Amino acid sequence: MNVETSMKSFQQQKANHINNTSSAKTKSYFESEQAKDRLARRILLDRVLQKVFFLSTIFALLVLGILLQRIIGNSIGWLNLDFLTGRLSINPDKAGISGAIIGSLWLMSVVIPVTLVLGVSTAIYLEEYAKNPKLKNLINTNISNLAGVPSVIFGLLGLTVFGRLLGLGSSVLAGGLTLSLLGLPIVVVSSQEAIRAVPGFLREASYAMGATKWATIRRVVVPTALPGILTGAILAVSRTIGETAPLVVLGIPTLILKSPQGVMDDFTTLPIQIYYWTLDTVLTREYANLAAATIVVLMVVLLTLNASAIIIRNKFQRRY
Amino acid sequence: MLNQEKRKQPQGENSIYKVSHLNLWYGDFLALNDLTFDIQEKEVTAIIGPSGCGKSTFIKTLNRMVELNTNVRTEGEILYHDENIFGDAIKVETLRTQVGMVFQKPNPFPKSVFENVVYGPRIHGINDKNKLMEIAEISLTNAALWDEVKDRLHKNAYDLSGGQQQRLCIARSLATEPDVLLMDEPTSALDPIATYKIEELIDQIKKDYTIVIVTHSMQQASRISDKTAFFLMGELIEYDKTEKIFSSPADQRTEDYITGRFG
Repeated sequence: MNVETSMKSFQQQKANHINNTSSAKTKSYFESEQAKDRLARRILLDRVLQKVFFLSTIFALLVLGILLQRIIGNSIGWLNLDFLTGRLSINPDKAGISGAIIGSLWLMSVVIPVTLVLGVSTAIYLEEYAKNPKLKNLINTNISNLAGVPSVIFGLLGLTVFGRLLGLGSSVLAGGLTLSLLGLPIVVVSSQEAIRAVPGFLREASYAMGATKWATIRRVVVPTALPGILTGAILAVSRTIGETAPLVVLGIPTLILKSPQGVMDDFTTLPIQIYYWTLDTVLTREYANLAAATIVVLMVVLLTLNASAIIIRNKFQRRY
Repeated sequence: MLNQEKRKQPQGENSIYKVSHLNLWYGDFLALNDLTFDIQEKEVTAIIGPSGCGKSTFIKTLNRMVELNTNVRTEGEILYHDENIFGDAIKVETLRTQVGMVFQKPNPFPKSVFENVVYGPRIHGINDKNKLMEIAEISLTNAALWDEVKDRLHKNAYDLSGGQQQRLCIARSLATEPDVLLMDEPTSALDPIATYKIEELIDQIKKDYTIVIVTHSMQQASRISDKTAFFLMGELIEYDKTEKIFSSPADQRTEDYITGRFG
């Protein structure tokens, strides 16, 4: 049926409908008892669902609230400057987390450059150079899948490749490279999005000046995409800084009395410390307080990182 | 004589571009059909014609920007200073340095005014601060923008008005010291006053540069150009001195277009 005839039949139906309603106005369906019943039920359903959705929201918040209240309650009296600057100790009164903080910092000093260099390079290749759309799709799908792989699997990969094959053991470098794999998909995807958002007319302007592809990428594309790239990098850091499972698989030791001095040293991190203290609570009850205090420190770090990602995204958003 | 007629070349002048039997396809679509004509040095050449007639495609071919589109194929040759721009002897980067381009919509980089102007010099390896400042002042002065921006060289270029942004883009092109300036409807996004300033600017710089300008405005073409080329459906219908085109066009289709009977 072509458009004209379908339009005609539609208008006819409409005319019929108007005629019917006007001729039988008293028997209009919308005024029948049955319809009124249904309407009342629909309105009731609407109200009930509103409450259900509200309670669902409250439930998640409530759990978070209880968690925060217990953790903060447990950490009171334990979280102080001595705790932050003190060394690890079997004696809970003397124990501090300076080693774990320094370990986490060392770990990030490997994760940040590795994920940024590899991630941004991958994104540049996929967005600026890759020509074959099928290949691009294949790589993109794999990267998205990589982001969904459980972190413990990355731990096994790290143990096999970095720990054993490359003989890095349980050093900062082995842990950092393993966690970099975990952060990489986040940096790649967010950098890709940021690069894709750079408008074509800026690239055109650059090429029209006689710029090469690389000069255009270095001076126009990457600087314009930088806020998005940095946001991704910070999110990758905040994802990896809280990771425990891959490091446990790598065999990060529980008690390190010496803070790491370089990337080849053994180390411990904040989440590892939380994990072991929580495990050993059965032996020494005060370890629960130490774990709670460490959680508070880790959460402050995470919130700061995420907040700075949001601030960077909003503040440095470019106009063009 | 026959050859002269065929090339549609006004006599006794230096041509900077010699276009011969240029065909260009987007996929299967023939966008430019057997163009043959010369563009004279240090003149303003206007290209007019209805939408989709290939005028933008043509000036983007002059600096090979058209190749950024996918599925573009060209045939024939364009000699620039007697060198085929599609040949191996001339690198596309070199060509684009000597042939600057100003786009329809002002497209400054999201950088400071200063960094916009010195973009070209920087990518060609000039890093000396004093030298760059000198280039910026000369280029902005030539683009009639210096007095308006000299106190805010380090402010974001997007704080400028649309007309100022377009003159900044012209200054940016001038900074690489090109011979040719291609302008693709440079005033179509601007108000009449900003348009007037750009036209005034073209008038001032035309003694030093060869300018090829695509325009939708016939008044603009008649005001600023020395030669006018009329394109229709990818073909060059008529190419002559601007006064001639607008007073007594040789082709009926040209007359129909400039008198507003179509397009």
